[in-house]
Formats: sequence, structure tokens, C-alpha cells
Amino acid sequence: MVDAPLRFRDDEPHDEPAVTLDAFLGQSNATAVRLEAGEDARALLPQIGQIALVEVSFPSFRDGRGYSAARVLREAGYTGELRAAGDVLVDQLPLMRRCGFDSFAPEAPIDPEALQRSLDRYDYRYQPAADGIVPVWKLRHG
Amino acid sequence: MYRYDQYDQAIVDARVDEFRDQVERRLSGQLSEDQFKPLRLMNGLYLQLHAYMLRVAIPYGTLDSRQMRMLAGIARDYDRGYGHFTTRQNLQFNWIKLADTPDILARLATVQMHAIQTSGNCIRNISADQYAGAAADEVADPRPWAELIRQWSTFHPEFSYLPRKFKFAVIAAEEDRAAMRLHDIGIRLVTRDGELGASIYVGGGMGRTPMISHLVRDFVGSDDLMSYLEACLRVYNRYGRRDNIYKARIKILLHEIGADEYRRQVEEEFLLVKQLGIDPPRAELERITAMFAPPAFDPAAPDAVDRSDPDFAVWLDQNVAAHKQPGYAIVNVSLKPIGGIPGDADADQIALLADLGAAYSFDELRVTHAQNIVLPHVAKRDLYAVWRRLTKAGLAEPNLDLITDIIACPGLDYCSLANARSIPLAQKIATRFADRQRELGELKLKISGCINACGHHHAGHIGILGVDKKGTENYQLSLGGSGAQDVSLAKITGPGFSEDGVVDAIERVTDRYLATREPGERFLDTYRRVGFEPFKDAIYG
Repeated sequence: MVDAPLRFRDDEPHDEPAVTLDAFLGQSNATAVRLEAGEDARALLPQIGQIALVEVSFPSFRDGRGYSAARVLREAGYTGELRAAGDVLVDQLPLMRRCGFDSFAPEAPIDPEALQRSLDRYDYRYQPAADGIVPVWKLRHG
Repeated sequence: MYRYDQYDQAIVDARVDEFRDQVERRLSGQLSEDQFKPLRLMNGLYLQLHAYMLRVAIPYGTLDSRQMRMLAGIARDYDRGYGHFTTRQNLQFNWIKLADTPDILARLATVQMHAIQTSGNCIRNISADQYAGAAADEVADPRPWAELIRQWSTFHPEFSYLPRKFKFAVIAAEEDRAAMRLHDIGIRLVTRDGELGASIYVGGGMGRTPMISHLVRDFVGSDDLMSYLEACLRVYNRYGRRDNIYKARIKILLHEIGADEYRRQVEEEFLLVKQLGIDPPRAELERITAMFAPPAFDPAAPDAVDRSDPDFAVWLDQNVAAHKQPGYAIVNVSLKPIGGIPGDADADQIALLADLGAAYSFDELRVTHAQNIVLPHVAKRDLYAVWRRLTKAGLAEPNLDLITDIIACPGLDYCSLANARSIPLAQKIATRFADRQRELGELKLKISGCINACGHHHAGHIGILGVDKKGTENYQLSLGGSGAQDVSLAKITGPGFSEDGVVDAIERVTDRYLATREPGERFLDTYRRVGFEPFKDAIYG
């Protein structure tokens, strides 16, 4: 990836290259991990406190396992950078943001205007997710 | 029925805007067809053999007259004057231009309709019992629960790229009119200690590997429903197969790991998910339920019906079902005229149905998974007037659940996946058996034009599957399926037939049935009593 990742975080990008899950589980001091689509995000939880970057692979835009990986990590309290990498399309970014991704390394460039329109489009969401947005039912009932 | 508030409307309006943007990017060449495909599919737009097909969602098959009239208008203005009602209680327009779709969606949005998630590997339109709110045998109206699920599943951030499509059905009666056990998740509402809750069945489906669902949880209260379903879907999203689209439905996951292991994983996930506060308060279910309150029935409506017109009496006995309210009845409008296209209605017929719904059924209509229409709340004193108007419009075929009430997919006449035509075969069968259908009694015949089984052939008392055999259309016959509470999967009889050959084979089956049946037995009952062999002998012997 030549381009810098598209980030929705204020902290400095993490420099350390991401290691594979196997390598991470075998060496206790890594701080960046790459999860392949089929790998269990929960395997990271015992050492989650030391991790600053998790990169989740999207081998195809159709492969939605990474959305659950992101939710699992955020629900477990992970606050570091969570990056979606691979076949990541502009129309998917809003859903990925909702699942807790805050960094993106798409294979193909994303048109910034289309992205902005896409992120701004929906004022309301039906369900709570990892982004803290208040769901419609809560707006209805307080 | 459910009415949008400002939030629902804003979401649907935003979706129209989003799709307009996506279509513009496609038309201007910014998006390739490959990139556009998943986007249009998520909004029910398919590229078929001759044109685009747009599938409009009809949540739990319920709509009002204004919505029905809008569908008629779209059929006139943007299609060739037809709509096709589907086995998922939706409506398809088969002759749509891509550039028109944003305007069509904008018009739909003005009557609280959309095409959201009517295709794609996401949670599809939620289907339900078409007699909801009218049937005497239901513990509650299932639609408020279906609406809760509709909202939860709409643009669900985690479950929009599932391994494969995902279908829910919700019922609340003993009798299963929605093929609930043949859905990815089927829900039956039940009561326990005076509380209403959901029995959750997972892993049913048709397609190339038909399976009947497993009871995974016998009771989930309304306070836990979303958490439980979120857990069900998360286990599937994480562990469902993605290496082979033919093995990607949740039924295969349950088959491979076993229902007990799936249940264990779901329960474990549920304990975590339940902590997240994703379940709406009970007030939300109450808000929705209030909108499904029974209409203002006339308590003095007479129960007697004048049966002196013999044609009317035939229709009354076949197409009209008992209502829970004295003085009222449920009218089934057959979209299966002899020789017609199953599930099709022209714009004038759709508009007439809208008028009848407004005048005689408290402004409500339903679509059934058998591709018919229901007027759920008709006063018995109005039945004759309704029948006369239906008759004039060619909508009074008295054949509900008879052999000519055929479920058929669009087949090779429209569908890019099909191997064989379904519609001409349905027309031939209906024509052949029209004068014998009443003698044959309940006999559910279902035709699919390919192995994907959109025509529910696995659930047919008689099922037909069209295949391609060295370049010619060939039809496999199967027997003994049911999508109802006595759910079962049909069994293939043996070598397939030509189009005419399969009609002859069905005749040999029905002749054997007539010769074998005991008083009061339906075809399916006889089949189950005597077994497969006598019918196989009749067909090939």
C-alpha cells in the first residue's frame, strides 16, 4: 500500500508493521496485528491491552467476516486503531465505521466527494452499533 | 398497519438519494457493472434476460390501498403494465430501465415503500402469515414482531455482507401458512406463563440442498429478541462457509456443526451481546403493536351468506376462509386464472384490488407466499359484491390450494439463472386439470425453473424441477413435500420428462391417487399412507 491509510483518528499513525495472528500469539511484544478474514478476533483478547493497531483483511468486498471481527474487538473494549484493508469500497465505509473501523487501506482509490456524501447521508439508524450513534428507538422513547 | 414516523421516512428518503447517486455513478461510467452489481442487488435491482427487474419490498406481505394503487401506477408508467407477486410476498416489475429506478423509488417512498434488501447477501424482507390479525388460531398478530425485526435488520452494519441471503418468516398460529420451517430463521410466537415470546427455528431452506429448520430456542421474550437474533446472525457471519456459494446458507452451517453446537455458540454469544443494550424497550413493541390494533369491526355484522348463486357458492367454499370476528371472512383472490401466469396481475387488476381493499377490507391487503392476494377483513354481507367485481376482472378463479393454484418461478422466460421455462408448463398443467381440480381436492403443485428452487418445488405435494439436459428442457417430478405445519421435503420420482411428458406423468399420479384414496384423504395424506412406490409404479410402471 503506497498511499497513507484513510484515518478517522487524531493520534499519530502507528509505525510498527502488523504481524500475523500466529506470529502475534507466538511473540508477546508485538503491538500491531493483521487478521485474515477467517481468523478469530477473540484470540487477541487476552493481550488486547498491548495492541495499538489491528488490521482486518477484506479479500473481497463480499466477505463480511471482518465486520464481526471489528464488533467483537470494540465490544471487548479495544480502543486502538482498527483498519479495514483490501477490497474496501466507498459504499461500505459507512457500515464499517458503524462496526468500529476507524482506518481504511482500500486497494482501489476512493473518491473523497463520494465518500463524504456517503458518510453524511443517513441522519438516523435503526440499531445501535460500535459507533455510539443513538438508535431510532431511543430517539422515540428516550 | 404500520405507519412511518419521521425517522422511518427519513431513512427511506435517504436510501432513494443514495441509490440515485449510485445509479448516476454507474451511468456516468464511474462505477463498472462489476462494482455496481452488489449495490443494485442490495436494492432489489436485478439484470435479467431482457431487462432490469426491480423487486419492491412488501414487509410481511401487508399493504394498504394507496400502496397497492402506487404499484399499479408504476406498472403502467415504467413497466409493460404488469406486476408479478412473488413467493416472498414481494412484487417484481420485469421490464424496468435502469435510469428510471431512482424515480420509481422516489415514488414508492411517498407511500412508505422501498426496495431495501429485497436482494443481496443480507437479511431480506421479513415474511409472515398472510392471515395475521384475522386468523382465529393465532396467539397474537405476528406482524409487530416482524416489524421490529425489519427495523433491526435494515442497513444492519454487521450483517449486510453475509455469506449468503438470509430469510425470516414470522407466524403466530399452529397452522403454518408461511412455510416458516423452510426459512433461514423461522419464528413462531407462543405464550409461556402469560407472556408472549418467540420459538426460534434455524437452518431451514430450499435451494439445491433443501432442509427443514431446527428448533434452537423454545422461548425468547420480546426484551431479548434482538440480542438473540444478533447472536444467531453473528455466529453465522463468522462461521458460515464462504468458499462455495452453494454451501453458504446457514442450513449448511447447522448441518456441518450440528444444531446442538450451533445452539451452544449462539447462547455463548447471546450472553455477551445481551450486555450491549441493543434491545429496544418494551414501549417500542407496544408502539408498533398499537398500529396493528384490530379494525373497527361491526359487532352486528350478520353471519349469514346467501349461497343461491351456485358459482358464488363454489368460490365461497374454496377461496374464503374463516375470520376470528363473527360476521367477517378472509377472502383469497387467486392470481392463478386457468392458463394465466401464476402471480401476475395487470395494472387494472392491481388498481381494482386497491379499490376493493379500500371499500371492503378496512384498507388492507396481503400478498401470500403462494402468490395470491388476500382481502383480510371482508364483512360477510359484502362477499357477493366483492366476488362479482373480482369475477368481472378475471380474479375469481375458485382454486385456492387446488392443483391449478400453482406456485411457479418466472423461469427461463425472464430469469437469467433458469434452466427451463416454468410459466408455459404451469399453463399446460392448469389447462389439463381445470375440470378435475375440485375432485382432486387440496393438491399443492410447485414449479421451479432451476435448482435454486424459487418455485418451492421441494415443498410441493407435487413438485417439478426444470433442468437443462444436453440443451433441452427436462422436468424432474417429485412427490410428498409440504411447506405447512406438516412440513416435509418432496422426493424425486426418477428420470425426468419433456414438458408434455411431465403433464402426462402428473396425470398418472393423480389417477393413482383417485384410485387409492380413502374418504377424506388429501393427496398428501394418501401419499403418506401408501408411500412412494405405488406412485412410482404408476409413473414408470
